[in-house]
Amino acid sequence: MDVIATSRQLLESGAVQAVIGFEAGTRGIPRPAFIRRAEGAGALVFDANCTQNLGTYLTRPEVRTLGRVAVTATPDTLRAILQLMAERQLKEEDVLALAVDATGEALELPTAQAVEEHLAMVAQVLPDRDREALERLGRMTREERWAFWQGEFARCVKCYACRNSCPMCYCGHCTMDCNRPQWVAEPSHALGNLEYHMVRAMHLAGRCVACGACGRACPVGIPVHLLTFHGEESVHRQFGQRAGASSRLDYALSTFRPDDKETFIR
Amino acid sequence: MTDSFEPKITAFVCNWCTYAGADLTGTSRIKYASNVRVLRLPCTGRIDFMLLAKAFSRGADGIIVSGCHPNDCHYTSGNYHARRRWMVYRDLMDFMGLDTRRITFSWVSAAEGARWAELVNEVTVAVRALGPYTDYRELALTGVE
Repeated sequence: MDVIATSRQLLESGAVQAVIGFEAGTRGIPRPAFIRRAEGAGALVFDANCTQNLGTYLTRPEVRTLGRVAVTATPDTLRAILQLMAERQLKEEDVLALAVDATGEALELPTAQAVEEHLAMVAQVLPDRDREALERLGRMTREERWAFWQGEFARCVKCYACRNSCPMCYCGHCTMDCNRPQWVAEPSHALGNLEYHMVRAMHLAGRCVACGACGRACPVGIPVHLLTFHGEESVHRQFGQRAGASSRLDYALSTFRPDDKETFIR
Repeated sequence: MTDSFEPKITAFVCNWCTYAGADLTGTSRIKYASNVRVLRLPCTGRIDFMLLAKAFSRGADGIIVSGCHPNDCHYTSGNYHARRRWMVYRDLMDFMGLDTRRITFSWVSAAEGARWAELVNEVTVAVRALGPYTDYRELALTGVE
């Protein structure tokens, strides 16, 4: 069944109280829609332009009050759902993932295991553009990388769109808003921007599901997603795990192995 | 070589091993570089990466982070957690273009007073050769903290 028919049936039967999906927006860009009645399901769309990670809404207090929700999902969204479950932010019974394929067919994935099995068939690959950007940065000297990021951060206005679009940034009280002590300089000057992006990257290392929603959300086009992608690659290379792979994953930085290998501690 | 530049080294050390080790250096009457400012924390597991970033923005040219050897943590596993954090943070620093040569991670036990002196001296010489760390500090000057 397609997204509309599936959603209508789920809402009619009371299996879910709301469907989070996309509806037609302005300038051809779909926008998130929260459908709570079966007759509203006709507005749902799902196409290649639906790239926002809807997982970001699942932990919002106002969405939690809706009851059980279904969410139309790309593989990125599915990984976000598993990671939220791993971080005990989402219960299996609170969410029904609707994996939508290129033809618009919706597949109901009611359990974490079903999501995991579905994801096992989908290869997780970084988009070529991002992989090349990471490699290009890797080839630069340290000074060139510093200049690159300083140039990028100079445009940052600290709108926090990257934070808000991220399904893993759900903390009720973010370090950015913490002023006792003031961890991060508040204004969007050079130091405040660098520290903000450093904290964001560190807090997402080992938790980033590499959906790239942050980079797409940036109004001034800073490739902020490269920072979290890099952190994710770093964790995978050193600790052999990827966020979003399972609903029973330990956070890489709150666990350890006595034989973790590094080369720099004297 | 001119001696006009003396680096400021900030050392973040754990209460149980490296701090006690540094204390032993003193009681053993071992002389070492006075460039180091020691900050005592309960455990390396307590050392947030932002503390290191703050040190750079407040004028540190080099940083030492030191705690108990693996298996010797007073809290059993704080240093193991810290090690993972530094493995990721050091990678990120490099990716963002910060100078990783200016942070030295080390294990110094409570019995290694001589080793502490050696470590501080080595880091001081290395950072003196690198010169002042201005990248980060200049950013801090653009805004009022």
